[in-house]
Order: sequence, then structure tokens, then C-alpha cells
Amino acid sequence: MELYQKTAAELSRLLQDKEITAVEVFNSFTERIDEVDPHLKVFITCTLDSALETAAAVDRRRMENEELHPLAGVPVAIKDNFCTEGIKTTCASKMLESYIPPYDAAVVEKLKRIGMPILGKTNMDEFAMGSSTENSAFFVTRNPWDLERVPGGSSGGSAAAVAAGMVPLALGSDTGGSIRQPAALCGITGLRPTYGRVSRYGLIAFASSLDQIGPLALNALDCSLLLEVIAGYDQRDSTSLPHEVPQYSAAAGRELEGVRIGLIEENISANFDPEIKFAVLKMAALLEENGARITEVSLPHTDYGLSAYYLIAPSEAASNLGRYDGVRYGYSADGDNIISLFSRTRGQGFGAEVKRRIMIGTYSLSAGYYDAYYLQAMKVRTLIRRDYEKAFQNFDILVGATTPTPAFKLGEKADDPLKMYLSDVCNITDALAGVPSLSIPAGLHSSGLPMGMQLTAAPLNEGLLFQAAAVLEKCSDSPPQQRTALNLTGRGEL
Amino acid sequence: MEFETVIGLEIHLELQTRSKLFCSCSTAFGREPNTSCCPVCLGLPGSLPVLNRKAVELAIIAALSLQSEIQKESRFDRKNYYYPDLPKAYQISQYDRPLALGGFIEMKNEGVKRKINLERIHIEEDPGKLMHSGESIFDSDYSLVDYNRAGIPLLEIVTKPDLRSGREARLFLEELRCILLYSGSSDCRMEQGSLRCDANISLRPAGSKTLGTRTEVKNMNSFRAVEMALDYEAGRQAAILSAGGSIIQQTCHWDEGDRKAIPLRGKEGSSDYRYFPEPDLLPLILKSDYIETLAASLPELPSQRRIRLMEEYGLDPADAAILTENRSLGDLFEVAAGEYKDYRNLARWVRGDLLYLLKGNDRNPSEVAPSLLIELLTMLDEGEINRPVAKDLLANIVKNGTNPRELVQQKGLGRIADREKLQPVVEKVLAENKDAVDSIKQGRKKAFAFLVGKVMAATAGRADPEKVQKLLRELIN
Ligand SMILES: [Zn+2]
Repeated sequence: MELYQKTAAELSRLLQDKEITAVEVFNSFTERIDEVDPHLKVFITCTLDSALETAAAVDRRRMENEELHPLAGVPVAIKDNFCTEGIKTTCASKMLESYIPPYDAAVVEKLKRIGMPILGKTNMDEFAMGSSTENSAFFVTRNPWDLERVPGGSSGGSAAAVAAGMVPLALGSDTGGSIRQPAALCGITGLRPTYGRVSRYGLIAFASSLDQIGPLALNALDCSLLLEVIAGYDQRDSTSLPHEVPQYSAAAGRELEGVRIGLIEENISANFDPEIKFAVLKMAALLEENGARITEVSLPHTDYGLSAYYLIAPSEAASNLGRYDGVRYGYSADGDNIISLFSRTRGQGFGAEVKRRIMIGTYSLSAGYYDAYYLQAMKVRTLIRRDYEKAFQNFDILVGATTPTPAFKLGEKADDPLKMYLSDVCNITDALAGVPSLSIPAGLHSSGLPMGMQLTAAPLNEGLLFQAAAVLEKCSDSPPQQRTALNLTGRGEL
Repeated sequence: MEFETVIGLEIHLELQTRSKLFCSCSTAFGREPNTSCCPVCLGLPGSLPVLNRKAVELAIIAALSLQSEIQKESRFDRKNYYYPDLPKAYQISQYDRPLALGGFIEMKNEGVKRKINLERIHIEEDPGKLMHSGESIFDSDYSLVDYNRAGIPLLEIVTKPDLRSGREARLFLEELRCILLYSGSSDCRMEQGSLRCDANISLRPAGSKTLGTRTEVKNMNSFRAVEMALDYEAGRQAAILSAGGSIIQQTCHWDEGDRKAIPLRGKEGSSDYRYFPEPDLLPLILKSDYIETLAASLPELPSQRRIRLMEEYGLDPADAAILTENRSLGDLFEVAAGEYKDYRNLARWVRGDLLYLLKGNDRNPSEVAPSLLIELLTMLDEGEINRPVAKDLLANIVKNGTNPRELVQQKGLGRIADREKLQPVVEKVLAENKDAVDSIKQGRKKAFAFLVGKVMAATAGRADPEKVQKLLRELIN
């Protein structure tokens, strides 16, 4: 087995035992990148030079018996909406095509501090708006399981990178499913943590009240290890939570005896792919076999979630993206006066989906419409939050499908925004409620594509999600590597 | 027709913090352009605001000192608009849940007691500063922007339409400045832009209760400008209304040079700012005991001090007003009054000769040692020196901090009361002014004063005037 096929936990063990060096790990993954990235198109920017320096430094320090973090020397990729000092950060937009931030995002600081080599910045939907990574201004990223299909989005680059063994770990951001949906479509594990669990400082904002950073990895244990690194209070983010960070990785291995699990009726809906419904029910049965108690539960306001989300997120986005006006940084068009500078810069610098959302958001916040749209959507958000509060009085974990269908074809939904929006239908309400939500692999569809199951817990109960996921992984007959695209042959160029 | 002028003010003042409202950049005035900036106040992608605790504290202190009711929960909102001086394309402000509601200032206008009510008080950030190569952003070859100001904490105070003239608006602002200087929340320097004022003004027939169509006047850069601009605009509106015309709702810029309010083109005021709650900040929740602690630590306010100066020291209203208006002068008075008990005399000296000398020498009352002042007045009271000498000594205290007693000893400035010393001088004056002596003998009193003056002049003002008079009478008779 190649090093690039190993999980982060396995690499960490081998590195700590000095069986392998960080540079060897680096070499294995970069060779893999050279091999598959031309087909998948994951990276907007590769930062291999600085990553190699980091790996070499880790090896040096380990030789000197310095105490290192378990993930020191384990490579990681980050979505291109995290600010990186001195390194281009584009949000996959023409607007920021050559923008170089003067500072590191809080999570990037943390990765650097413990010596995780950052291999590069991954492709995404422009400003994280989209569900297929097709909205990147630069190129589309392909799904490693089928090169004719999308990897999901908006963190499609990060998900594809992990699924194809280009990195063992990646960071994404999730505003309304942007970690969990691509994780499901690429057959890996991805967590949207509790809102406020991870500092947003340096994450280029899409919708501030919904944006949250999370890990993508081959399994729950790897996700928990990376979450331990990035979680925690940051005084630079006023919405970050002051609660202490537990040892999430210790949750794997705990029993499920007595854990109350609610099967969300709305997330195994009749119009979902029947195989996905079946896969979720099968996994629920596995949880029951392991001591959990399963009951169906309804989140009655789920139907309004998508509409509320597509008012709140664009409203905040319209405001957050106002700063891209061509005056200080980023793309700047020629203008005869200040008005034409503004309108040409924004007209030329943003792609169609971003403009669509800016227009929706601007409309929804305008005088005379505010009450009917933004305010109404905020009221729905409160109702949805209450749905969850009520459900968590009786349940510890809520489960359902991550997506209604497996990965769709490139271009299939690109011209139909409403259809595209529906692919996030299961991911939106927990984002609106701010609760943690994990997508894990749920086996393969008859089409050969991966499916995902989503597990949701009450705020700050990420540990419980890892615990349930680990139990399910143990029941599965194949190691995580086999459930990914790593060993696939005869499928496209891979 | 007789009109009543109705004016409401919108005042922005800079809160006296060391760092900006949402980042740790310095607020110091007069730095090189764009040197006091960071990712947060430049609105760089990914940056987030963190509320400055001190700014909130100063805002609460200011609101409390204006009798405004602090809201237990207020909220920050985004005011969205595009302009090159606004780095995020939104200003973080407070919209429908401001920091404080209500409040008032009581003041006197030409002897009439007036209570001016406040609508609301809220916190917001300042945008940057634009400088155009031409008249405006539209007819300039280029414009320069300085973001040092971006993110400076501001307090916005909105009054109810309770003011009735330009003069009253000016008096209100002077009283407001006095109160805020006392509270220590702002230095209120209009010339540095730390206090700015816009006004809404309309006219209505005297006695009417409904409001007329208003215009907004901006760019008034001094209290005097506020008075002139509003009187000008009231006059303009009166002329239109008297001629049967109607007022167009518009915004005018006060042109200090031409002394005219010039209407701005375009439809300003119709902008839609698309306010919504700022998702990057939590609601501002203030605990009662925190507000109470600040209320308890509130310094004495000018209105309270004015009354106390009259009651405690028996000062007349005019003296009390001057000693209140100039806070540090009042402080000097009160420290000196701790030891010097002829309060009214002390007040007369402090607000008279001393204030005159301070202004003339560009000195601050806090630079004067109260002990020297006490020493001087005591020497005067005990007859050790004469009044003209005392004035010279006071000038020396102000300019050089000289101890008056030492100077008197050094230069021999003490009062001359010895008969042996005075008699030769008096005899000499009498001998040189025989005409005056004759006049006195014929009953002309003026001539006597003339002779006293001569003796004083001959002793450089040091002779004891009573002794001089006594001696003169003796020797003439
Ligand atoms: Zn700053």
C-alpha cells in the first residue's frame, strides 16, 4: 500500500514511530497529485515548495526528539477561500484572481503552527456559491469516481482531493451544505461543526451567519483529529464560542448503548433516490444493532428551509461582497467615473451565479421588501431552530440522507439554478439552526457512485457524531480506502 | 405672516478612545495617510470586527450624562452603500435598536429656560476621508482616500425638532460640548472633525403644530457656522413661503466663504441603505450593574456644578457660569478655595485677571499652581502688597510660575507703610505741586486724589494708600 492511500491517523502513527519521514509522505502525495490532478483539476494553487520546507522542518525537529503534534508532517489541502499570507487567495473568482492577502486565516495559522504541510488551495464554486464546483471562474473539478460527474460543491476541490488520495485531510467551508454534499458525492467523511466552533477569521465571507469551517477526510477519526486542531475560541471572531475543545478523537470506540436516534422523515423523502433511502435505513438498522434506539422524527418546518436559506444567505452575501469595487484590491475595470468603475468592475469580475445571488439579496433587503423577504426568512429560521431544539429533547442524533441523489453529470444542472439548489435540500436546515452535522459514506449506488448519510447532533455534540460514525465504520466490511476512489481502476483515466 | 423655525440636529462626535471601534489601530489625529490601518478597518476579505469595549463605555457615559436611557439590549446593523471611502461598502451602525433612547439638555436662551429633548443616541464607525483634485468626485481628475479615519468610533446624537433658531442651535451645541467634555467621552474638537453637525430645518406658521417641509443643511464646520447657516436657511425659506411658494425637500451644503447654503444636485436622501442586523457581531447586552457602576462613576455635570458653585461658595450666577464653562478653571478655583476662604474674591480674581492672563499667554488653568495663587491673595489681603503689584505678580505666576513672596523679597516690592519712609516722599510731592495744595484748601477734592496718585507713582505703586492719605491730610493742614 502506498503512503497516499493511508489515513491521517495511520500516517500520524507511522511518523511518530519514525517508521516514515514527513518528506516521504510529502513525496507520495505530490506524486499522486502529479498523476491525477491533470484529470481531476483540484488545485487552483499548489504550494509544494513551502509544504516541502514544512515537512523537512518537521523531520528535523523529530530527529531532535522535539515534542510534536500528532498531525505534524501530515499534509493538508485548503479551500481557496481561506486567506493565506503571501499566497494567492482567489475564491475561484476573476474578482480575486491575483489577490494576495497580507495575513493568514485563523485556521491556517493553526495548521502552520503544528507543522502540517499545506499542499495547495483547492477549487470551489465562486465565493462558495454553488453545489457542483462548476461555478469556478477558472475550471471545473471532476469527481474521482466518474470524471463525467461533478464532485459536488462548493468545497468540491477539497472533497475530490481527499477522495483521490491527493491529500489525507482537507479543509472546506459549509454555508448550506458545502462540506457535506461534496463529501457524500465523493464518498468521504465531512463535518460541518457547530456554528462558532471554528473561528471564521480569515475565511472570505459568503454568508456570515451561516459560514462555518470544517474538515474533510477518509473517515470520522481523521475528521476528529483535524477538528481538534482547528476548533476553539478566537477573540478575533465575535461569534466564536468560548467552550473548551474536547478530545474528539477519543469518541471513536465508545459504545452506542442507549443513544437515541431520530430518523428524519423529511430527509428520506419519497422523491429521493430509493437506493439512497434504503442505504440510510440499512445504516440506521446497524446503529440499532449496536444498541441505539431508533424512532422516526419530523422537523416540520424543513419545507421552508430552502426558501429561507436562499433569502438569508444571498442577503448577507450581497452585503459581504459589496467591498469588491475595484478601488483597493482585486479586479478593477476601467471606468470614466466612480459609478462606471464600480459597475464595470462588478459586472466583469463576478460570475453569473454570484451576480444572481447579489441581486436576490439586494432585492430582499430593499425598503418595502425587507419585511416580506428577509424578515420573514429570519422568522422561519427561528422556527427551524425550534424544530431542532424540540427534537434534541428526545434524541441525541438525527439521521437522514446527505443528498437526494448521487453525483450528477457535469452540466446537468448548470442551467437550472433551482434544480441545483435542491441538491442541498438536506443540508440547509441544520446550517440555519447552527448545529453540527456529519456526512459519512453509506455504501455504493448501483451506478457505482458513493452515497452519503448525514448525522446531526445538538450544538457542541460533535463527539457523539464521531462516536456513531466510528461504530458504523467498524461494521463495514471494507477499510475506508476501499470505499474511496483510491483503488478504482478502469473508471475514466484513474 | 409670522413663522416659527423648527430645527433638529444630528450630531456626530468622536469617542475619545485610543484604538478604533472594531480593530486595534490607533485613532491619533494627524498621522501620515493610510498608516493607521489593518485588514479589519480596510475591510480586507476575511476580516471580522471586534467591538471596542472602551468605546461602548464612553458612549454609555455620554448617554448617561445626557439623561438618555441606556437600552439593556441594542444591536449593530449594516448600512449598505457604495462609496470609495467606505472600505466594506457598508458602515457598521445601529439602526432600530440604538444604544440609548431619549434624554435632554436644559439650557437658557436669553434668560428663558429651555429643555431640548433627544431622540436617540447610537454608536457607529466613521468612513475614511476623500480628497478630490477638483470640486467633487465627479469632476475630479483623481481622488485620494485616507483610511486612517475609517473605523474611528463615533457617537451619533439625534435631537427632537425642539430648537427654534440658529442661535438656539448654537447654544445647544455649546452646552452639549460642555457636558461631553465634563463626561470625558469626547474632546469635541470641531476643527479636527471630532464633532460634526447636520441639521434639519423647516418653517411653520407661528402657533401651528404640524411640521413644514424640511431641508437638510450639511457642512457646517463651526458653532458660528451652524448659527449663520440655519439663520440663512430660515430666512430663505421664509422669503419663499411669504411669496406664496413652497419648499422643496433637499440637502444643502453650507458654503462658509459665500455664506450661502447651496442645494446639492441629485436625489440624495432617497438612498436605500438596506439595513440589516450585522451578523459578525453579537447583540450588545448590558448588565444593569455595569450601567449602574458607570452611572455612579459619572463625573459631576456642568449644570450640577453651576448650582453647587453658587450654593457652596456663594458665587453669583455669572461667576459660577464662567467657572463651569471652563472646566479646568473651575477646578483651579475649587482647589484654591480649599485653603483660601474669601471665595467671592477668589472667584473675581480667577475669572477676571487670571483668565485674561491665561488667554493672553496661551496657558491652561491646570498649569497654574493653586498654592501660588493663594499666597498672592493672602499677601494682598494682609496688606503686604498693593493691588497693582499683585497684578504684576500674577502675570509672573502665569508666565513663569514664580513664587510671589520670593519675588517680592528679591525685588523689594512690599508695601511701604513706615512713616519715616513715606514722609519725605509726601513732602517732596507737596513741594512740587503747590497749585494742587491751593486747590485743596479751596475745597476741591479732585486735587487730593491727584496728589495721592503722585505719591503712589513716586513709590512705584508700593505705598500704603491709607497711610499716604493720612500723611497728606496732616501735612496740608
Ligand atoms: Zn484597523
